[in-house]
Amino acid sequence: MTLGLINANPVVHERRERLSRADDPPHHPYPHPHPHSHPDDVLDALDVFDSVRDIRDPEHPYSLEQLSVLSEESITVDEKLGRIQITFTPTVQHCSMATVIGLCLRVKLMQCFPPHFKVDIKVSPGSLANEEAVNKQLNDKERVAAALENPNLRQLVDECLYSSELYSY
Amino acid sequence: MELLDSNVDLKELQKLQGHADRVWGLAWNPAPHNCGGASAMLASCSGDKTLRIWQMGPTHRFDCSTILEDTHTRTVRSCAWSPCGKFLATASFDSTTAIWKYVGGDFECVATLEGHENEVKSVTWSSSGTFLATCSRDKTVWIWEVQPGDEYDCVAVLQGHSQDVKMVQWHPLVDVLVSVSYDNSIKVWAEDGDSDDWHCVQTLNEGSSGHASTVWSVAFNSSGDRMVTSSDDLTLKIWDTSSAISQTDTEGFASWRHLCTLSGYHGRTIFSAHWSSEGIIASGAGDDALCLFVEEKGNSIEEPSYRLLLKKEKAHDMDINSVRWNPKDQRILASASDDGTIKIWEVREIS
Repeated sequence: MTLGLINANPVVHERRERLSRADDPPHHPYPHPHPHSHPDDVLDALDVFDSVRDIRDPEHPYSLEQLSVLSEESITVDEKLGRIQITFTPTVQHCSMATVIGLCLRVKLMQCFPPHFKVDIKVSPGSLANEEAVNKQLNDKERVAAALENPNLRQLVDECLYSSELYSY
Repeated sequence: MELLDSNVDLKELQKLQGHADRVWGLAWNPAPHNCGGASAMLASCSGDKTLRIWQMGPTHRFDCSTILEDTHTRTVRSCAWSPCGKFLATASFDSTTAIWKYVGGDFECVATLEGHENEVKSVTWSSSGTFLATCSRDKTVWIWEVQPGDEYDCVAVLQGHSQDVKMVQWHPLVDVLVSVSYDNSIKVWAEDGDSDDWHCVQTLNEGSSGHASTVWSVAFNSSGDRMVTSSDDLTLKIWDTSSAISQTDTEGFASWRHLCTLSGYHGRTIFSAHWSSEGIIASGAGDDALCLFVEEKGNSIEEPSYRLLLKKEKAHDMDINSVRWNPKDQRILASASDDGTIKIWEVREIS
């Protein structure tokens, strides 16, 4: 019996090769400091995915992308309305780390995108036993704000966010 | 001026900037003349851990006269003035509630109420001046009795909610308390006449035409026979107690019934609703919009209903967390936002 980790043997996928787009500027958080050279260079799901794909899972030394917790398809963006929706899939049905992953996603998006963007985060339907309860907590901004003032939780979130710097290039 | 039949607009009078983080709560001083002769005084509390006091000067502009800082160690979530206007209570995520007293031009922290296990979400002062109430993520509501010498005794720890309690509000006339919660319910609390024990006299949940998600706020009308609640379910609900109101009889307040649901006006969580002395309900939500509602005066045989008077889209750049009418000037409204600003508005009739 393995003690400790919720999911001791996660399935790990290859990190999908990043297709470079023509005239892609060097990696900067949105909005780019240089004016867009292409009029159709709008904020899209890939921009959002790029900002979160390398977040490290709280329990395993792999990114959320590698563990298939997130994919580009699980993100929708409406730049005009200022909305981002992310759905993520915890690795196991009884994942106590789901709220931590949700917190990491929120913090990263707050850092990368304009503050007026409204973000909705949900677990993918059927992926979690207490799905409704987790979704409710993930989207209660008062609970999120208080959680981020908790130094222990904040430290865990920071570790998941900043160790991703090992992966970005 | 009868507003019900006219067209109105909401004019932005001033934008108050200064807080370094989102503004969560607002409170107008009910008796500002007791605090150095100001004609209007507004307290605001923030994620920047401070409370700011804004005073209206001779030019009718608000300036920040006081910043209360270095007391709370986390977000200040809610603030409330005592009925005499000389005391201010601040409730914080640091699990404490601080009491400030106006002394010779300044505010001094004269007491700290401790006991909640985690974040305090709301504080409210009874109109009798006898009680304070606080509520918390620890699911409890605490009632404190004000004693001479700036002492505060906890007289009740009320359990009953199954989740985080978002707000508490005393009835404007009698010592009856209402609490609203993440458990989707509204609870009414009163003291048992004989035993002086506080207990829950009524619960309004989904079965009693209540909300289907977290209830964020509650506010009474000035006569105390109606209350409005706002929720994550995107609706506002109006509740009525048809009992005759008397100063001493609290039993009439155990029978609130659903009167009306206002839906389809906000696209995201409605964080706050407040009732003006004239009967206008203001609401502020996560869709950045501010709405005003009034009672539809029509056929007296039908159930009372409410209609939208005005919707101000993009009233702020981000979520609106609190809306409060000035008790001394019933056409003036303040709103607080995640964008870190407070706006002062005037409701005007337009021809």
